[in-house]
Amino acid sequence: MAPRLKLFLPLILFVAMAAFLFRGLSLDPQALPSALIDRPLPEFSLPVLGQEQLIQRSDLVGEVALLNVWATWCVSCRVEHPYLVQIAGDGVPIYGLNYKDDDAAAARWLAQLGDPYRANIADREGSLGLDLGVYGAPETYLLDAAGVVRYRHVGVVDERVWQTILQPLYLELTGKSSGG
Amino acid sequence: MIPEFGHFALIIGFSLAIILAVVPAWGAWRRNSRAMALAPGLAIGTMVFVAISFACLCIAFLQDDFSVKVVAANSNSLLPPIYKFSAVWGNHEGSLLLWALILSLWTAAVAVFSAQLPLLVLSRVLSVMGAIGVGFLSFLLLTSNPFARLLPGTPADGNDLNPLLQDPGLIIHPPLLYMGYVGFSVAFAFAIAALLGGRLDASWARWSRPWTNVAWAFLTLGIMLGSWWAYYELGWGGWWFWDPVENASFMPWLAGTALIHSLAATEKRGLFKSWTVLLAIFAFSLSLLGTFLVRSGVLTSVHAFATDPARGLFILIFLALVVGGSLTLYALRAPSVTSRVSFEWISRESLILCNNVIFLVATITVLFGTLFPLIMDALGGGKYSVGPPYFNAVFVPLMALLVPFMGIGPVARWKKDSVRRWQSELAVPAIVAVLCGFTLPLLNADYNLWVALASALSAWLLLGLLRDLWYRVKSASSLATGLRRITPSYWGMFVAHLGFAACVIGVVATSQYNIEHDLKMSPGDSEVLAGYEFRFLELVPVRGPNFVADEARFEVSRNGEIVARLAPQKRRYLASGQVMTEAAIGAGLFRDLYVAMGEPIGSEGAWAIRLHYKPMVRWMWLGAILMAVGAFTTVLDKRYRRLRKPAVAGAAGEALHGA
Repeated sequence: MAPRLKLFLPLILFVAMAAFLFRGLSLDPQALPSALIDRPLPEFSLPVLGQEQLIQRSDLVGEVALLNVWATWCVSCRVEHPYLVQIAGDGVPIYGLNYKDDDAAAARWLAQLGDPYRANIADREGSLGLDLGVYGAPETYLLDAAGVVRYRHVGVVDERVWQTILQPLYLELTGKSSGG
Repeated sequence: MIPEFGHFALIIGFSLAIILAVVPAWGAWRRNSRAMALAPGLAIGTMVFVAISFACLCIAFLQDDFSVKVVAANSNSLLPPIYKFSAVWGNHEGSLLLWALILSLWTAAVAVFSAQLPLLVLSRVLSVMGAIGVGFLSFLLLTSNPFARLLPGTPADGNDLNPLLQDPGLIIHPPLLYMGYVGFSVAFAFAIAALLGGRLDASWARWSRPWTNVAWAFLTLGIMLGSWWAYYELGWGGWWFWDPVENASFMPWLAGTALIHSLAATEKRGLFKSWTVLLAIFAFSLSLLGTFLVRSGVLTSVHAFATDPARGLFILIFLALVVGGSLTLYALRAPSVTSRVSFEWISRESLILCNNVIFLVATITVLFGTLFPLIMDALGGGKYSVGPPYFNAVFVPLMALLVPFMGIGPVARWKKDSVRRWQSELAVPAIVAVLCGFTLPLLNADYNLWVALASALSAWLLLGLLRDLWYRVKSASSLATGLRRITPSYWGMFVAHLGFAACVIGVVATSQYNIEHDLKMSPGDSEVLAGYEFRFLELVPVRGPNFVADEARFEVSRNGEIVARLAPQKRRYLASGQVMTEAAIGAGLFRDLYVAMGEPIGSEGAWAIRLHYKPMVRWMWLGAILMAVGAFTTVLDKRYRRLRKPAVAGAAGEALHGA
């Protein structure tokens, strides 16, 4: 029996390695896309885009709001931008997270295409993006009044995404059962 | 519509692959020859539909269809057409489709070129390859659909291809690498078929040998191109970084090198049967592991595509099924009794055993070094990174140990040889090799022990080969007839081993004698490096199709004679705004002159400039090309062609009787 058992050795070694690989999957920071769901927004203190003053987590807390991750280098952000301007016009508070971007380019962008944001966090190094687990721009987070992340949408926010996914959640959190 | 056609063709290919994985395997189990006979047709059908799907993706890229997500993310209307085409595999989804295409091509190739095999074997082999195809195609369709649309909200223009990938070397590097990776699936499928059939004799080795050699040759070329690309494109002058992704391609190569040698012993002498099967499983498993490491993001690497945990989990499950399944099958079915064939310690068999042990240790070393950061992290031991010092410290002595055996290999006889014969055959080569070791480094100004060792080892290898060639030719009536009588498989071995010697020389010479100057230079400045005078003539702005650049013009002269005009660039790509260094290289057989631009210093037009003198760096890549050429040559051998003839004569009927 011993020679047969010896042939199981490669299998045993592989199983051990696979266990490490499986563990490795959940170790990666990027491997937790929904880690922040139902967790508070991380603390941060970053400059407001184009200004000297700093913006903190507490400035975003207090009402239900969207946090939109965008950058001028991101083509899809240009696609969703007009729609963001539209829903901001309807009174939805949107904060911007200007992700790994150039401040001057971002300011030009807002001047040209309109500014839907209450305020923009200038995350030049991507540090808040890292804490949030940003996978790529655009991404949009739905925050409740207590500053807890309730939903994360990866990709463009358009009419369909807003009406079928984000708006129902938004209305539920704001306590308005029916709206536009 | 074209992307939807592509998607649909991919689904049809997937369905055919499922049938291929199930029906012929069932037929082989129930001895139903009609079910088995479906295998070749299904293999070709899968290939046709995957190819249609791939063509549709290519069309989407070439027509700038930015409504397709991967096109919008990886191409741009300003991109030159050739890079629009190579952008097809410059992203996760597209490169996976390329992988699936190449797998289906190999499967169809086996169906066509191995049609003379007994139907029972052929149907099992094709079914195994079909099952692997099912894994990859379902991965594509379920997690990484390349035909996903961006509707509504189609961007006006695309994000552009990563400038690092806008390079001629990168057009063919991935296809060659995948040809190699995926090619090992053939050896794997033959090994599994042999285990399923319970007949592990020399025949499976003979059948899978040409396929394995071709796959190995492609992998060699792919790795070589990757190294060459890193050398001139990354702008650091390095050619191997022991990066996890490089290691991912190197591990299957190391295991594959052991495999092609072990297959020789199994075919010729019926030896190492279980061992060879295990190596075939290893080589392909390491290819899959490489895919997992690159796509899952468990390890950080400069090469990694955007990562996604769902994809990582999918590949891990696939890996567990394929590798776990095949190793279980191996444990249950491999012959546990020691083979009756025996050999003496002084014989070619034991030299092949040495090769196998060394390459296996090398594989495990690289595997361990690559996974070490992950293992430590998983055990809560903190973050580690394993760099070149570890790999070099283990790898270099291993290769140095290998060469003495390689020198004896060709001269040695199968089964039983004698030390006295080796002594008489190799005494002269040994003395000459040692002399070479002492004298060759004297050609350079400073004597270097490493170069001395490399010269001695390479000379030993070369002389052993020549000694054996002479031995084979001398009995013939004339030199020409003697040379003609030598088989292609011998020539293949000869050329490949020669290539290895060239590689050793190139690697050691360039690492030891490399000279590198980093300095601030303004137009008009000059610098002398290893006897070459680099003169910075002027700085000019240049405009390319999709970038703007600063170009530094250099003139290099030696003893007053101009030997090269070099024009490195610092490019800024318009669509993405990314900045890239384009090195300029004056290439030569015995030295490369390398200039790369760093950053601008001040506003006076001064730049940080990197100058390199790299002796014999080309030998490394030439050696790799020789190795690949050698491996391709072996396939021309008559004994593989002879097998094909009956298939031409009486195709289907004959194959059926074989079952």
